Amino acid sequence: MNPRPSYAIGTGLFILLGFAALAYLATQTTSVANIHSGDSYIVKARFQNIGQLKERAPVKIAGVRIGDVQSIQLEPQRMDALVLLSISKKYNEIPDDSSAAIFTSGLLGDQYVGIEPGGSPTFLKNGDEMVLTQSAMSIENLIGKFLVNGGPKSSSGSSAPASSAPPSSGKP
Amino acid sequence: MNANLRRNWLLQGVVSLGECGLFFVAVAGAVPKSLRYWRELCRQVWFVGAMSLVIVMTCGLFVGMVLALQLFNTLSIFGATSELGTAVALSLFRELGPVVTALLVAGRAGTAVTAEIGLMRATDQLDAMSMMAVDPLAYVAAPRFLAGIIAMPLLACVFNAMGIFGGHLVGVTWLGLDNGTFWGNMTSTVMLQRDILDGVYKSIVFGGVVSLIAVFQGYTAPPTSEGVAYSTTRTVVFSSIVILAFDFVMTAFMT
Repeated sequence: MNPRPSYAIGTGLFILLGFAALAYLATQTTSVANIHSGDSYIVKARFQNIGQLKERAPVKIAGVRIGDVQSIQLEPQRMDALVLLSISKKYNEIPDDSSAAIFTSGLLGDQYVGIEPGGSPTFLKNGDEMVLTQSAMSIENLIGKFLVNGGPKSSSGSSAPASSAPPSSGKP
Repeated sequence: MNANLRRNWLLQGVVSLGECGLFFVAVAGAVPKSLRYWRELCRQVWFVGAMSLVIVMTCGLFVGMVLALQLFNTLSIFGATSELGTAVALSLFRELGPVVTALLVAGRAGTAVTAEIGLMRATDQLDAMSMMAVDPLAYVAAPRFLAGIIAMPLLACVFNAMGIFGGHLVGVTWLGLDNGTFWGNMTSTVMLQRDILDGVYKSIVFGGVVSLIAVFQGYTAPPTSEGVAYSTTRTVVFSSIVILAFDFVMTAFMT
């Protein structure tokens, strides 16, 4: 009692087509960079305010993605955010006096961690902490500062006495 | 007592829900035995899957095209048309692919399964099988149930791929977006686990639900031409409701 061959051929072709579609979606519409690769090392950074930074946000040097944010947690003693950056092993020559800052891509885009390389001859290793960090720019703080400092008449907002918390932290 | 029970539509709904649950257990129990009839399973995958390809691919193409067109109008208000590829891909993978495919399969294959089994019941073929020591649950119900589970995710993937193609057709070829931006923003946002595989999981569940409802309605159809007609209608109605309800629940759990 053989089945009609058209069933078998049709079924086989259908299953092949389905898996081909899945493979197409998996390879062509996602990027390999999104899949967390095993070859990476962890660098710590503390921020006073992380803004809208989320886990798995990109970490970039000069705009090139070198890793992603692995975890974000509050450190209870110091009341600041401890951000673990997972950086690809390929980029293991980042000077240890580099500074990390939280930037926004575009005007309304997602936030990412940008690393500004320093000049130290020694490099960041697994578990190191980046000392120089700059918090996320808060629009509310900027607007608040601008309003308190009196708007257009004295628009030198940056040189006015600090009326609210400065956006930078951790700078020696 | 029984007649009294039947009069109350609420109780009747609960009763048929319970019957459906028991039927699910019976079919799931018959699955190992039904693997002997793998040729029947193969034929059902062909019927549910391969025969639905044309409608699924056509609809996928048009859904992708209309998504691109609609989202382009909205995104251009914010000057964010570069995100068109991302928006089309995420809407398709997470929601529209699994849901629309399930609705299409319920309409195309689910109805056929219900009518087929209902007529088998009406013409006593199922009883004849039992007489010949062939378990109709294993030979008729379980292969159709499994075929839905196997075919639905594959169909959803084909739907998604066609949708992306349609979105690309409208966005890049027609509306003139940049090809590299379209793909680049899509690939940098879409994730395999979170977006694509979650959609596949959804459509596996939908496949099981749709084929279970179709087989159950056919199995319990009154053995009259009117009864089979009502059961076929109920397959589409119940499948649609359950698909959309399950979609909400699963989305709430996944995100």
